[in-house]
Amino acid sequence: MADQQKSDLDVVADGPLESVGEQALIETSSGDPSLHPSVESLLEKFPDEVQRYQIAAGDQWVVWVGPDRIHEILTWLKDDEAQAYDMMSDVTGVDYGGGRPVEVVYQMFSTIHGRALRIRCPIPLESMATDSVYDLWKSADWLEREVYDLFGITFNGHPDLRRILMPDDYAEGHPLRKDFPLRGRFSRAEQTRLALTQDVERFYSTEDLKAGEPQEVDTDELSAVPENASDDLSGSDLDDGEGL
Amino acid sequence: MASKTVEFQVGQGSEMGVGGGGALSPLAPFDIDEPELGTEQMLINIGPQHPATHGVLRLVCELDGETVTSVTPHIGYLHSSFEKLGEYRTWNQIVPLTDRMDYLAPLIYNCAYVMSVEKLMGIDVTERCKVVRVILMELDRIFGHLLWLGTTAIDVGAFTPFLYSFQQREKIYSLHEALTGARITTSATRVGGMMADLPEGWLGQLGEFLDNFPKTLSEVHHLLTGNQIHIGRTQGIGAISADDAINFGFTGPNLRAAGVPYDVRKDRPYYDYETYDFEVPVGQHGDCYDRYLCRMEEMEQSVSLIRQAMSRLPGGPINVEDPGITLPSKTDAMSDMESMIHHFKLITDGIPAPAGDCYMPIEASKGELGMYVVAEEGDTKPVRWRVRPPSFVNLSVIPKLAEGHLVSDLIMINASLDIVLGEIDR
Repeated sequence: MADQQKSDLDVVADGPLESVGEQALIETSSGDPSLHPSVESLLEKFPDEVQRYQIAAGDQWVVWVGPDRIHEILTWLKDDEAQAYDMMSDVTGVDYGGGRPVEVVYQMFSTIHGRALRIRCPIPLESMATDSVYDLWKSADWLEREVYDLFGITFNGHPDLRRILMPDDYAEGHPLRKDFPLRGRFSRAEQTRLALTQDVERFYSTEDLKAGEPQEVDTDELSAVPENASDDLSGSDLDDGEGL
Repeated sequence: MASKTVEFQVGQGSEMGVGGGGALSPLAPFDIDEPELGTEQMLINIGPQHPATHGVLRLVCELDGETVTSVTPHIGYLHSSFEKLGEYRTWNQIVPLTDRMDYLAPLIYNCAYVMSVEKLMGIDVTERCKVVRVILMELDRIFGHLLWLGTTAIDVGAFTPFLYSFQQREKIYSLHEALTGARITTSATRVGGMMADLPEGWLGQLGEFLDNFPKTLSEVHHLLTGNQIHIGRTQGIGAISADDAINFGFTGPNLRAAGVPYDVRKDRPYYDYETYDFEVPVGQHGDCYDRYLCRMEEMEQSVSLIRQAMSRLPGGPINVEDPGITLPSKTDAMSDMESMIHHFKLITDGIPAPAGDCYMPIEASKGELGMYVVAEEGDTKPVRWRVRPPSFVNLSVIPKLAEGHLVSDLIMINASLDIVLGEIDR
């Protein structure tokens, strides 16, 4: 089936997206930091940590900060009276692909000073871990869980880091990474097999319902395919293409 | 800044006696030893398919008797990976994905998305387009709040407000249909303008709605605002302090009910909202009842905002006149060579974006809706399209709000947060 003519959508959907290269890594800073008090103070207080800064989309200030002291910097941005970013609007990730680091993006707003600031923190692909800001802003709870779920970045110090949008036993990886194909890593046949053989009651057993505790999932058990399952699907029109 | 404190003084107590008056003093205490009762905690599963969860939401509650000791929400049942899909679509092809997130106020999502893309690309939309979008966004704020009003009232046993509010929603559905051809999945906006200008007679239809709607609203006020049952079920339930509300990420009416006058339309204005005359309702206690009052007042403010926008609606084109952004008219594309080339390039390639990122927060009916788009130089598809969904963050507070309340109060708290699972799961 694999050498059959594929539609445009299949070509796009099967493979990972093309990498966009390393062009953004050598970008330099732009804009006058004295226009934004927080950027100016950041440059004074943490000169080694600030990698670069930019004005995006006309009036939005973005500062790139290294991952080593990110928690210290965010603590300062929240607690220092001249900054007072008391609202963490959003925590999300950006993956450019092509071996570039995955960035964690913090959107902050100060209701006291009426200022917004965006911090972007590149996480090296080797570590894929950073410090949680749950202790500073409780709103980071689910937002960090989502970044962990969809990008695979571990947030150290998060009290309850488990998948949130995808199922707890999802074994195909982290969907928003650029190397993740649109239709998933497993073949359609294997996805169907897993769906048909899963035990729905498992999610409602008393042990799993223990509130707030991370669930341990046996991935070996999930990927093991019952022998008779392939018989059921043989001759069907499901595309049994390349698997993992 | 202009803010307005909403308050309605009725007896604070939740106790209620015969005939709706205040409760009499409790019966004389009697001396019987309390029997030995088991102290085992009970686990109760609500959802994912349950009418009171307002969507496919699953709440696992740990109960001590009838008191909730902890709640664990489980979400993701509606996950459609819209953000991943968006990375494979051109800028304009993403618009239909946006109204499927918050299908209770689709036009706000349509507008928010294109506003962010336009900001990233540095496109200034026409004055007429701005005012039309303000009208549509305020209309859908009413649309979203009305659904919340009806379903929340039903959760506390009041059936009539549901019928009243859905009657009015039907009128807005008709307005959607006249404007876009669809009732829910509107997809009304395009980068650089709208799918189409307002159809003939649409403003008249809107004016008719605005004339009748406040009457319905005051009827619901009569039914609920001073209603002892409603007050007993909502006052003092699920309260949160102002500092906590900010720290936990509350936005929208939920945050304002806690006394924080943060409204994106006032604090980070867009589309000339600073020139409109409107007030931001602010509560005092942060409980379910204040959230109710805030939303009721917001609907009235939205009516006034739509009237102001209608009176200042300028003429002129609704789309930007840039052949690299806006599609030519069908007649031009069929008769004029240059227009046909533009049409072809726009459909096959899309609109190239500059390198950079843009986070555009707007005030949706449920709170701060942020659209974050990232692009590399010349991209016709986003590298990353992120939606900061207001109900996602609002719902994450429910374990804190519900702790110590009864199971029946948990239902009310969940309803008062005004969540829509389509945007939570995306």
